Amino acid sequence: MSVSDYERVPEIGSAVLRPGLTDRLERMWETRPGIRGWFATVDHKRIGIRYIVTAFAFLIAGGLESLIFRLQLAGPNLRLLTPEQYDQLFTMHGMTMIFLYAGPVLTGFSNYLWPLLLGARDMALPRINALSYWIYVCAGIFLYAAFAAGFGPNDGWFNYVPYAARAYNGGPNVDFYALGMILLGISTTVGAVNFVVTFLRLRAPGMSIDRVPILAWGTLTASAANIFAIPAVSLAFFLLWLDRNAGTHFFDATTGGEALLWQHLFWMFGHPWVYAIVLPAMGMVSDGLPVFCRRPLVGYSMVALATVATMVLGFGVWVHHMFATGLPSVSLSFFSAASIIIAVPSAVGVFAWIATIWYGRPVFTTAFLFFASFIVLFTVGGVSGYMTGSLPVDWQLTDTYFIVAHIHYVLIGINVFPVAGAAYFWFPKITGRMLDERLGRWNFWTMFVGFNVGFFPMHLSGLLGMPRRVYTYADGMGWNGLNLITTLGSYVFAVGVLLLIINIVSSYRRGRPAGDNPWDSPTLEWATTSPPPPYNFAVIPTVASRHPLWEGRLGEPDTQQRSSLKAGFLLDHGRETLGTTALEAEPDLILKMPADSYTPVILAMSLTILFTGLVLHIGWLAVAGALAAAADTIAWTWPERSLGQTAGAADA
Amino acid sequence: MPEHVATPGPMAVGAIGTRASGWWAMIFMIFTEAALFGYLLFSYFYLAAQPHMPDTFPQGGSPSLRLALPNTGILLLSSAAVAWAQFGIERDRPVQLALGLGFGAVLGMLFLGIQVFEWWGQPFTLSSSSYGSLYFTVTGFHMAHVLAGVIILWALCAWSLLGLFNRVRYAHIHIGALYWHFVDAVWLAVFFTFYVTPRLS
Repeated sequence: MSVSDYERVPEIGSAVLRPGLTDRLERMWETRPGIRGWFATVDHKRIGIRYIVTAFAFLIAGGLESLIFRLQLAGPNLRLLTPEQYDQLFTMHGMTMIFLYAGPVLTGFSNYLWPLLLGARDMALPRINALSYWIYVCAGIFLYAAFAAGFGPNDGWFNYVPYAARAYNGGPNVDFYALGMILLGISTTVGAVNFVVTFLRLRAPGMSIDRVPILAWGTLTASAANIFAIPAVSLAFFLLWLDRNAGTHFFDATTGGEALLWQHLFWMFGHPWVYAIVLPAMGMVSDGLPVFCRRPLVGYSMVALATVATMVLGFGVWVHHMFATGLPSVSLSFFSAASIIIAVPSAVGVFAWIATIWYGRPVFTTAFLFFASFIVLFTVGGVSGYMTGSLPVDWQLTDTYFIVAHIHYVLIGINVFPVAGAAYFWFPKITGRMLDERLGRWNFWTMFVGFNVGFFPMHLSGLLGMPRRVYTYADGMGWNGLNLITTLGSYVFAVGVLLLIINIVSSYRRGRPAGDNPWDSPTLEWATTSPPPPYNFAVIPTVASRHPLWEGRLGEPDTQQRSSLKAGFLLDHGRETLGTTALEAEPDLILKMPADSYTPVILAMSLTILFTGLVLHIGWLAVAGALAAAADTIAWTWPERSLGQTAGAADA
Repeated sequence: MPEHVATPGPMAVGAIGTRASGWWAMIFMIFTEAALFGYLLFSYFYLAAQPHMPDTFPQGGSPSLRLALPNTGILLLSSAAVAWAQFGIERDRPVQLALGLGFGAVLGMLFLGIQVFEWWGQPFTLSSSSYGSLYFTVTGFHMAHVLAGVIILWALCAWSLLGLFNRVRYAHIHIGALYWHFVDAVWLAVFFTFYVTPRLS
């Protein structure tokens, strides 16, 4: 055994001076064509696109569900839907939007963008990345298969007991929801671990933590939160499933259980999750908006710190979902104060974005319109949240449409609008073609007007006392006109979303070619071709500032060190990328990256078989799924010489 | 100042001990697992704080230490055995590695057996009260983790016997061992919660 088997002096060089380098990298990194490559790929770009497309499919499904029940609510005493149908539809809508769209769409963008933003050739754990996607899509199918069979979740996405207890909801609906959510939680958790490890270990040399794009801060913060928050909801659903199927008494007050335990566990997860599905979107705005203001983001450090601070405080506010449950006043006061204080870091972001526009020279592209309108919508949603953080206001407004208005202003305002902006901003990078700007204006204004016409009146119907979660309402309450306007607005908003999808589909075929950097953006993803090659970077870039592509234009002194994008670590002895230290991003070691593999998709399917066996009470199927999962995991983790995991030289 | 990339010295290649991506991933997996047990024990204390009929929480009085205390010792000993194995491979002693892992796995299985025996003798069931539900669910969660850990230790032991590891390439060992030490450490929290806290009141 010689030490040289395990060490190498990496070559530094320039891609242009190495004829054949890019061809060799292409052969090493490209996914095999055909169905085999489709199932086995671990390329973060392919996985990211899949995540985004799948999340958009769920956005459409969830949207159609809401369009149906908005018809039911358009006027008083309508009978379009039965109460049972309404329950399933509004639960599926909430569950779909919050769990199958809002989180995964941001995961998709981050999956696609992170290695490009950070100057790496893939995520730290490429097979885990594939596993995360496959489990997500399996969990989505699991939940929608139940819905198609008439057994969709039907107690609201928050699924409160005792409504969701066996005694009051005897069908398998809640069992499907419980197990589907546990399955989805596995996907989110392993994905979150991957993001954290990638952030800590795969940043390009020189990209110290004060040079990282804010999107990476947003997704890192969300992922760290998910690591701690997801177990709460997975456990809550598991305990509920035991209560319903094994006769346990966790939530049954007659035998020493407590219904409020559900609400605690659910919201201990639920509130951090709300931030997890908005902070990466805020990060996209923090990176995208300055490009169209032609200047760096104002207050980078404050925005990065505010992102983390929001999340930390976000773990201490869950009880504001439970102000009306009769908890002791000391507890209520603490959580009310925390809910109000969280406005401070939120406001830091808002003022930073406004100042960036104020001090910049705005270019009014469609992406800019989406990003800038997000600031307005976030402020409206933030103010209504601040209001209900106050106990007396919450006691008046809880369980009314005011809360429905609030959740839609924060989730559509801080998730859908930034995502639409991100689509306009990054579509050229992903596909090599521009989205149509003219259709884009129609797209933006239809969505913006439709959204506000649809959702602002909900504040008023809530103030007038209209309760949420009801399938219809009586005439003469003063809610008729407002509900009709809401329904009309929601349809206009849906047309706006449809225009976005039309634009994406038509521009994908016929859009104007984009070039490498159509917006003249400052970050590393724009240094690659559009779309990027399978290996992302022919040499690993070395970063010397926060804006590698704007260096020399920001008035910095000539003596300032410049980033090196053309020359750098070649790393061409097989699939390799550079591991760097966690804070300073000093080169640390050469990481061997795995090739395409079937193990992730097999593990996802095995787990789905296990959960299907459990929900249908077919013991042998569950056991078969568990054994297959265990066998696949052993095969996956079998030490491989080519990955530098066993004795002997790893280099080919 | 022009672009400049410093020429590095020799750099490690591949999975190296605590610098491997898998080792970092295991740390964060353990954070999420620790959170899971945190929420389990929160559920215990939350339900314990509710009003209960006399002698229903814990049902039948504080659980006996007769089996649980020695079993705790067995689990700690297994952690020591695995640590001894890790110490061995860092010094290129493959026999010590395989022995330590195997011994740790056997002790883990012994723990599981004693735990099942203790389950058998409990005067309450999963469905008799919220206490029974908590006891079997929380200890069951822990046993599932021990079972996973035992499988990991046997896999590592088998790979060691195949001669896959040496004093540079042992990242798998440290990753698996980290998980095992966590499973043992979290038992202390479970043990303290179920067996010690009822005696403190």
